[in-house]
Amino acid sequence: MSDSSDEDFNESYVMYRHRREWSDVHPIKQNDGPNPIVAIAYSERFLDVYDYFRAILATQEKSERALELTTDALRLNAANYTVWQYRREILHALKKNLYDELQYIAEVIEDNPKNYQVWHHRRVIVEWLNDASKELDLTEKILDLDAKNYHAWQHRQWAIETFNLFDNELAFIDKLIAADVRNNSAWNQRFFVLKHLGLTPETVQREIHYAMNRIRLIKNNESSWNFLKGLLEYGDFSISQFPDVETFTEELYNSGNRSPYLLAFLVDMYTEKTLHIYETNSYDDPEVYARKVVELCEMLANHYDTIRYKYWKYVIQKFNADKELAKVGPNEQNEEKDEEEHLVTREPEKVNGEAQ
Amino acid sequence: MDFIDEDFIDHNKNNKNNHKKMEVDQNEELPTKFDMEMTIKYVANHGNDKNDFEYTMTEFLRMSGIYWGTTCLDIMGHLDKLDKKSIIEFIKNCQCKKSGGIAACDSHDPHILYSLSAVQILCIYDALDEIDIPALGKYVQSLQQIDGSFFGDKWGEVDTRFSFCAVAILALTNQMNLIDVDKAVEFVMSCVNPDGGFGSKPYAESHAGLIYCCVGFLSITHNLHRLETEKLAWWLCERQLKSGGLNGRPEKLPDVCYSWWVLSSLTIMGKAHWIDGAKLKEFIISCLDTETGGFSDRPGNMPDIFHTLFGIGALSLLGYENLKKINPTFCMPEEIVSKIYQAQILEY
Repeated sequence: MSDSSDEDFNESYVMYRHRREWSDVHPIKQNDGPNPIVAIAYSERFLDVYDYFRAILATQEKSERALELTTDALRLNAANYTVWQYRREILHALKKNLYDELQYIAEVIEDNPKNYQVWHHRRVIVEWLNDASKELDLTEKILDLDAKNYHAWQHRQWAIETFNLFDNELAFIDKLIAADVRNNSAWNQRFFVLKHLGLTPETVQREIHYAMNRIRLIKNNESSWNFLKGLLEYGDFSISQFPDVETFTEELYNSGNRSPYLLAFLVDMYTEKTLHIYETNSYDDPEVYARKVVELCEMLANHYDTIRYKYWKYVIQKFNADKELAKVGPNEQNEEKDEEEHLVTREPEKVNGEAQ
Repeated sequence: MDFIDEDFIDHNKNNKNNHKKMEVDQNEELPTKFDMEMTIKYVANHGNDKNDFEYTMTEFLRMSGIYWGTTCLDIMGHLDKLDKKSIIEFIKNCQCKKSGGIAACDSHDPHILYSLSAVQILCIYDALDEIDIPALGKYVQSLQQIDGSFFGDKWGEVDTRFSFCAVAILALTNQMNLIDVDKAVEFVMSCVNPDGGFGSKPYAESHAGLIYCCVGFLSITHNLHRLETEKLAWWLCERQLKSGGLNGRPEKLPDVCYSWWVLSSLTIMGKAHWIDGAKLKEFIISCLDTETGGFSDRPGNMPDIFHTLFGIGALSLLGYENLKKINPTFCMPEEIVSKIYQAQILEY
């Protein structure tokens, strides 16, 4: 990699050891540590720059030339967190114009978009400036190159949350989901925004339809199904509170779709129904739904999701156990619970021990 | 817990000068057997080859590199291939006299990531007393924030990785009383997403590597009951793709290192049997580079020591013959960890 980085330097580049203005500095060689795991092949230029970097670090020189030296050192290796830290100390000591630094770090990020240190440097500078006006544009640019870049999303969420930049975020997410409906990062960002804006009943309705419409486009998409499920669970809703969702999923199934995500959703839905009927002793026949749960799990285990065979077998087993429990009825379950609580007061140590 | 996967480091960029393995020959036969002798040689000789590309620029994570190598060799029963004395000497030189923290390399700044790597290596060598343990404890303590989270170093980056490193260091050095564990747990739990997974901080997308850190954190602090185990384990098993390999997020490519992050998390939660172990084993072995003995992220790519450790670690969790048992929480040999600390593991 040092060789590749050398390409970034122009032909007139002069080694630090040949520069007259650096003749007062005594370069410090790297202590390479134990062999063999750590022996390192450096390019000459890399050695030269870092020998001088160690020298200014040792003398704590904070000057214009030291700042330029860190630029060279970071061009050779943008992941070196010690150089970034020292660069910040220089910026601070020299009271540099931080907007210039913002411009510089944007360029470095564009070259190294998956590097912790460069994003962290950006964040520190934005904090020092208390100005996040360029962060949405920068992250958008980086997400244009890779819409799932974890660092860019982290930075964007931080800027939005810290500087209250929520206003146009849903529109931005729409654009990304329209470009790639399987972009899980964008779906995650949607949840982030919704939680901050507050999930009113109207919002939940709107979002459920948003998810269903995206599932209609591509049915076998983990992200949109997870979003739908997450939305229902987050609000502690039961699926039966949303007849639209029931109709939608049953119609998908009846039209012949066998996406594992759809089948898994139906397993949840019919499990909920079975248990609800047993728990409330209503007049419906719970076994109609119970049979569907087992049938769907078998389909998943044996045909549509065979790699997770053991998981689906487990789901059947657990469903049967939960069903028996639901049959006992909520009143008796409470009585059992009371007894357990009684135990807790009598023998607290033992119960705590079990919790471990 | 430095992540060297494609989400956090651009492999292609690092590899851009090396065309050897950039194009996968579709007809090339992938390995189906794992020759341990070769892998031992690969790890033991790592860095001796001056043309070794991955390691020319990695002094900033050298401590982790040594941890990957020692753990890997110990799991394969050949720790003797490395020079214990010089490694311990190296670590001693990396402890910062002022803060007590440990750096990746001499003359670098201390960081919680490399502090953990150093402690892990010293545990493997039964040499914790070689460094100033109380000073290291104080360093970790100083990084905890009011909300329970941890900085990685004095510059204030917060990440669930650092919460894991903090409690792992303190557990291995028997100093857990130095921090507010309850608050640390509250912070980690504030990072749960609606899909049951965890990200790097509240609201950040669920990611298998960060899930390992959070599940490992809860395992160390005996708080696994705080998890919605079934939901999370389901999300984790969904990472297994048709090839048998595991990815780290929905709709991403499989990568050998996720064999570790996902399988160790599932093992801690007692749900490792939910995925297809035989197919995963096949995938991991198909990522072995038969020329060198190292493992790569995907079949046909360049091998590196990071993926070699996590490939071998996952094979150990899968019960591969002739490998020592690995501890799923600490990613160290079980025989070492069991003498030091009992983390919480849920049963099948």
